[in-house]
Amino acid sequence: MATGNAISRNLQTAPRTLLIRGGRVVDPACGRDGLFDVLVEDGAIASVGAPGALDPAQLAMPGIAGPAPVIDASGLVVAPGFVDMHVHLREPGFEYKETIETGARAAVAGGVSSVACMANTDPVNDNAAVTQYIVEKARKAGYANVYPIGAVSVGLAGARMAEFGEMVEAGIVAVSDDGMPVVDSALMRRALEYARMFHLPVIVHEEDPGLCCGAVMHEGGTSVRLGLKGMPSAGESVMVARDIELVRISRGRLHIAHISCAESVEMVRRAKAEGLDVTAEAAPHHFMLDDTAVESYNTNAKMKPPLRSAKDVEAVRRGLADGSIDAIATDHAPHHRDEKVCEFDKAAFGIVGLETMLPLSLELVRRGYLDLSRMIDALSTRPARVLGIGRGTLAVGAPADIVIFDPEREWTLRADAMATKSRNTPFDGWKLKGKAIRTLVGGVVVWEDAR
Amino acid sequence: MALGSRHLLGLENVSAGDISLLLDTAESLVEVSRREVKKLPTLRGKTVVNLFVENSTRTRTSFEIAAKRLSADAINISTSSSSMAKGETLEDTARNLAAMAPDCIVVRHPASGAARFLAGVVDCSIINAGDGSHEHPTQALLDLLTIRQRMNTATGTGGKDWKDLVVTIVGDILHSRVARSNLYGLKTLGATVRLCGPPTLLPEEFRSFGAELFYDVGEAVRGADVIMMLRIQTERQSGHFFPSLNEYARYYCLTAEVVAKASPDVIILHPGPINRGIEISSEVADGPYSVIMSQVANGVALRMALLYQLIVPGADGMRGSEVSQNPLTVAQTPPPADEIEVATRPVAARAG
Repeated sequence: MATGNAISRNLQTAPRTLLIRGGRVVDPACGRDGLFDVLVEDGAIASVGAPGALDPAQLAMPGIAGPAPVIDASGLVVAPGFVDMHVHLREPGFEYKETIETGARAAVAGGVSSVACMANTDPVNDNAAVTQYIVEKARKAGYANVYPIGAVSVGLAGARMAEFGEMVEAGIVAVSDDGMPVVDSALMRRALEYARMFHLPVIVHEEDPGLCCGAVMHEGGTSVRLGLKGMPSAGESVMVARDIELVRISRGRLHIAHISCAESVEMVRRAKAEGLDVTAEAAPHHFMLDDTAVESYNTNAKMKPPLRSAKDVEAVRRGLADGSIDAIATDHAPHHRDEKVCEFDKAAFGIVGLETMLPLSLELVRRGYLDLSRMIDALSTRPARVLGIGRGTLAVGAPADIVIFDPEREWTLRADAMATKSRNTPFDGWKLKGKAIRTLVGGVVVWEDAR
Repeated sequence: MALGSRHLLGLENVSAGDISLLLDTAESLVEVSRREVKKLPTLRGKTVVNLFVENSTRTRTSFEIAAKRLSADAINISTSSSSMAKGETLEDTARNLAAMAPDCIVVRHPASGAARFLAGVVDCSIINAGDGSHEHPTQALLDLLTIRQRMNTATGTGGKDWKDLVVTIVGDILHSRVARSNLYGLKTLGATVRLCGPPTLLPEEFRSFGAELFYDVGEAVRGADVIMMLRIQTERQSGHFFPSLNEYARYYCLTAEVVAKASPDVIILHPGPINRGIEISSEVADGPYSVIMSQVANGVALRMALLYQLIVPGADGMRGSEVSQNPLTVAQTPPPADEIEVATRPVAARAG
């Protein structure tokens, strides 16, 4: 990796006390945005005080010589580490695309301290044994916190409900058949109801299989011109409409993954106004690119849901701005080169996103859609709340998951230099602005930028 | 894409000047197929690979004959006989072919964008012989040639300019690469293009490409100078595009009755293979207005012109030359080997 160093967490050698000094602390959960020093002790936030109020010399831990180490964050933003609630770590089964270790490393390189990983592995994460395997692998990898998401249905087959209970005991934080829509409305209704027992959100990939059958991009002028089969926006929004109706009768918790079109955003906005427990996330590519990116048959612009029209991009931005869309999540989907360097029809759906989430989100700040506080809210606070993981804040006593980033740092993305194992990004060669300088997980520095 | 780039991937961005030059060159070659010895030495020593990943009789044969009439070595690869049937990727197939140093690869492929993909992988010229629902530029060019021949005659549409011409394309517009390429070429030359089909096969988006849309075939052909029928694929029935071939034929079959509404000098084109009694009645297909067989004959000449313009060094600029200067018209019989240089040199020299 040319751009920085990922450091596997080692609690034995890591300092137990750490002072982050002089940064602009943005912590929406505590309503904080200003210059503060942050003291970390034993993996948790010990105090957040006025600049200079905490003297490192006075902070030495009993039995340890010398003053506490200090991180100078002047000119930088200090925020709760990002929580990417939608990633594919591909392990077990597809280790040639990504492993839990390489994925977790890519996460911290992007300022992401926690990820929630989808169940479409092989074998599918539809039982406690697979959940335990993921948890154990993540613990050994030692970078980001990895929270598994269990399958809604056995084998993602959409027929029989998976055993939520045993997976919850093994560590899942949500259920989802992501990649596959839950077509059977009865199963969807019962999953929403049954998940209430464990306070689990049901995360849905909204895609009507009939309307989207065989399609490879958004249906519109570009698909017609390129002669590619398009999926209409209605392929998503009809399912969003159905599931909001099912929330009404099930009183479950619905979270809509990678929302991509104006109609869906509007429906979520209305559901929220009505007081229904509906949340949503949007991926950076859906607020940065429209379907014209497919021009020249660029397979790195092929994903599900597809890149939509400019009107939809605008709707997603406004949805994030007014909070109708709660979170920003990447749908990080690594694929091997051979799955992308081929005919457009044959190429795999999805792109990697962990290492570009921050600069692309900052673009919405620079363009006036979000203020910095709302951006952190969407990247950390709200996704942590949806998953119920007790992170996403710098409140005293919270786990010290911290990102220190430079919103002004300009850099050029080189796909070859990414920490993820795969290279499938449409942003290769883009000049980006904003970079994680340090990422801390549980009070330990796990990522340091090279400069 | 500019033709100067030595590929022909589509007609979308090809200029009127380049189209005219290709048609002019083809016109001068039509006569070659009428000779006793149908061969020119121009592409001797050149290799043309016909990579047909999707079935085709007409287009593949036409390219093969075109290459052979110019003395190029033509190699045909079809799906069933290729390593792709054994799971080789398109990229690997292309790389392996490129390693054998062909001068041109002609590709037919079921995936839209496949020709463009190949152009990014290999060094030689790529000709798109039909990619999915995207484009089929040589079909459109031979259609344009067929239409222009009629315009150039004294009778019928003779004397008409492209700008006075009304062309109606009828059928499965949504999935048709022939319709797209013709639409681009005809609009570039200035013709009026009407598209006709059931709403399921006629996306509104085509309006933004400058076409007029019709659901009623009678209205669509009213006063038209050219009617271009598209083949309807039987498998579209299963995609809910129309209830049955029977009902499709009821509303869109080109019968003598429908033709009567067009211009009295109308010509009727079809890219083939035709479904008699479904999109076109036999009476019309074999009737006096049909120029279907001229299309096939022109296909060879057009493809000869294209291979020549793409492969011969210096000719690929394709701008400013005149038909009369075309060396292809000079040799009546294949010259002996030592004269081949002479026959091709003027082209290279002129490009300078």
